[in-house]
Amino acid sequence: MRIAFCADIHGNRAAFEACLRECERRGYDQMVVLGDVVGYGPDPQWCTDRVRELEAKGALVVRGNHDAALREGTASMNELARTAIEWTLTQLDSASVDYLAALPLSHRQDERLYVHANAWAPALWDYINSPREAERSMRLTEARLSFCGHTHVPVLYHMSAKRPAAAFTPLTGKPIPLSTIRRYLMLVGAVGQPRDRNPAACWALYDTTKREYTIYRVSYDIEATARKIRETAMPQAMAERLAKRLFVGS
Amino acid sequence: MESHRLRAGRVIDGFTLEELVHTGGMAALWRVTKPDEPRSMLMKVPFLGEGDDHSAIIGFEIEHMILPRLTGPHVPAVIAVGDFAVLPHLVIERLPGKSLDSRLKDAPLSPEDVCWLGAKIATALQDIHRQHVIHLDVKPANIMLRDNGPAVMIDYGLARHDELPDLLAEESDLPIGTSAYMAPEQVLGIRTDPCSDIFALGVVLYEMASGEKPFGNPTTRAGMRQRLYHEPRPLRALQPHIAPWLQEIILKCLEVDPDDRFQSAGQLAHALRNPDQVVLTERAARTKSPGFVKRVKNWWQGQNRVIAAPMRVADRLDKAPIIMCALDFSVDEADAISDAVKRLVRRLLETDPESRLVCLTVLKTSLVKLDEALDQGGRNIYLKRLVALKDWARSLDLLEESVSFHVIEAVDPAQAILDYAGFNSVDHIVMGARGHSTLRRYLGSVSSRVVAEASCSVTVVRLTRTAEDEEPSGGGQDGAPEAAHTGG
Repeated sequence: MRIAFCADIHGNRAAFEACLRECERRGYDQMVVLGDVVGYGPDPQWCTDRVRELEAKGALVVRGNHDAALREGTASMNELARTAIEWTLTQLDSASVDYLAALPLSHRQDERLYVHANAWAPALWDYINSPREAERSMRLTEARLSFCGHTHVPVLYHMSAKRPAAAFTPLTGKPIPLSTIRRYLMLVGAVGQPRDRNPAACWALYDTTKREYTIYRVSYDIEATARKIRETAMPQAMAERLAKRLFVGS
Repeated sequence: MESHRLRAGRVIDGFTLEELVHTGGMAALWRVTKPDEPRSMLMKVPFLGEGDDHSAIIGFEIEHMILPRLTGPHVPAVIAVGDFAVLPHLVIERLPGKSLDSRLKDAPLSPEDVCWLGAKIATALQDIHRQHVIHLDVKPANIMLRDNGPAVMIDYGLARHDELPDLLAEESDLPIGTSAYMAPEQVLGIRTDPCSDIFALGVVLYEMASGEKPFGNPTTRAGMRQRLYHEPRPLRALQPHIAPWLQEIILKCLEVDPDDRFQSAGQLAHALRNPDQVVLTERAARTKSPGFVKRVKNWWQGQNRVIAAPMRVADRLDKAPIIMCALDFSVDEADAISDAVKRLVRRLLETDPESRLVCLTVLKTSLVKLDEALDQGGRNIYLKRLVALKDWARSLDLLEESVSFHVIEAVDPAQAILDYAGFNSVDHIVMGARGHSTLRRYLGSVSSRVVAEASCSVTVVRLTRTAEDEEPSGGGQDGAPEAAHTGG
């Protein structure tokens, strides 16, 4: 089975469309959306509709912190994220808000866990930024393979039974063979707002037969998304910061 | 655990265990057969039971990950890969011949054998490095020799693939390797430098040439660290008949700082195959171990040494290419074309100062008539060409050790250039091409054949002409080189 992962779409329609085209072209059997469908980007309604279509066709979707914030509030968020969520609420119909806020926090499928932030407390949204945190997450799930989003940076953590975890930055388009006697945690990178200094949209593919994990980068019309962000009713300075991030990839 | 209960006659994934060939600390090797599989095969089964060494498992995981991704004559072919969840194993081709270990019983070997074998091993390493892999456990037991053929590197349990996660990364503060052969940076836990394999090969060469290991067989970490400040005894102190150039090559491999060694295994192979081109330094002249003051100084430097790790295998190789320029002094426009080639070569060398330049010219010989070794003026043609090559390179102001000159005789110049480039692991060929002529249109040009058949990048330099010059009139105008690149 070939599983495609899209995480942190963040209302970026152009990036999401580009990734989905690439997913279709390469072929997949299962789509997994790893949370944060909205927030920051200019097309939250379109992205939510598209995710629901995918789900109707069998995709698994989990809740991200931005999706949750639509109902739970933005108390723990920084100003930029909060401003974006407040604006996003003005764009989404209530059915979409209900849908996103009620998404499950995680899915288990065979030996795999799909969760937005981490396995130890999925609803607290702590980040996995180091091998230590990755190890904590891996030790607190029975799933041998974890797939997460949230950090917007593609990283692969691996760990054998009695050893600490180590980090590896996957190279674009280079399949990584996964050992069957090792635990792995994959941060799959962001579709809609990459933060690893590479502005290209990121998605990942795991082939369960070959046991190979690969990340792919897709160029998309960043200018179009940036223009739409600047044209929203968000405060101009905020919109400018959000638009700039897309070009820098940070 | 499963692997301990294996016995002859058992069938695993269609392979019948015939005979236990070898049991090491990490794995058992069985000779296996399979109907319809004519190749001679070995199955490697790791020990994964309780109490077994954890590093055996990691070593097998690494080999499982890397070996199927390597191809070519310098690695054993992988025939089957067993499922870890059932019974992990690897079925690989059983290589004819013996490991280098068996030849070392006769050490010291003759300098000719050291060079010949050393160049084969260096060529194998260059091939593996080009495939993004550092072996990190180069030692005689891991080097096989195909009958009259290339060297094969076996056992990738400690290897590193620069596009894949390093499964030994979490143990990186420990030296991982074989103590007698491990490079200084490996002792410090660095696993990213292909020059570590060049150091280990230097130890192997030293052992072949002298019968002794330059750093002994230390068993403690402190003992292993000695190579950071302890210069090996000069070979010529052990074997006075060893030529200065061979000592130069081997001691250069054994430099503490990776930047001071040969910068690619291809460059090392080239030196071993062209001893007359080796530039002798102070290393070649050493005949006794360093004195007390030098030792203290080395010790102090060793204590404070920081060896920077390069990012990727490819980075190291890209910085140190072997560039070959093929020059033809026999044509009308020779001066103008070779000037244009020189301008391009100069730019390439400025970009990658660690490059090695090989200057080659082919003396075309005839199959039919006996060739004259002397020209009409009675001068030796071979020497004349060699002088012309050196004269051509003079204004490039190259360090003596980074350039070499070769005049070869051949009936078919294109084939000679291709063979030379392939044999010497050349990374980039730069050559001139003459303008168009009716005759050449029928016969085909040397450069177009090299472009079509070379297994490395080729840059063809042409004189730029304006439209009026297109007619095949005599005498070309010197102009800026126009380069046509083809990837390899």
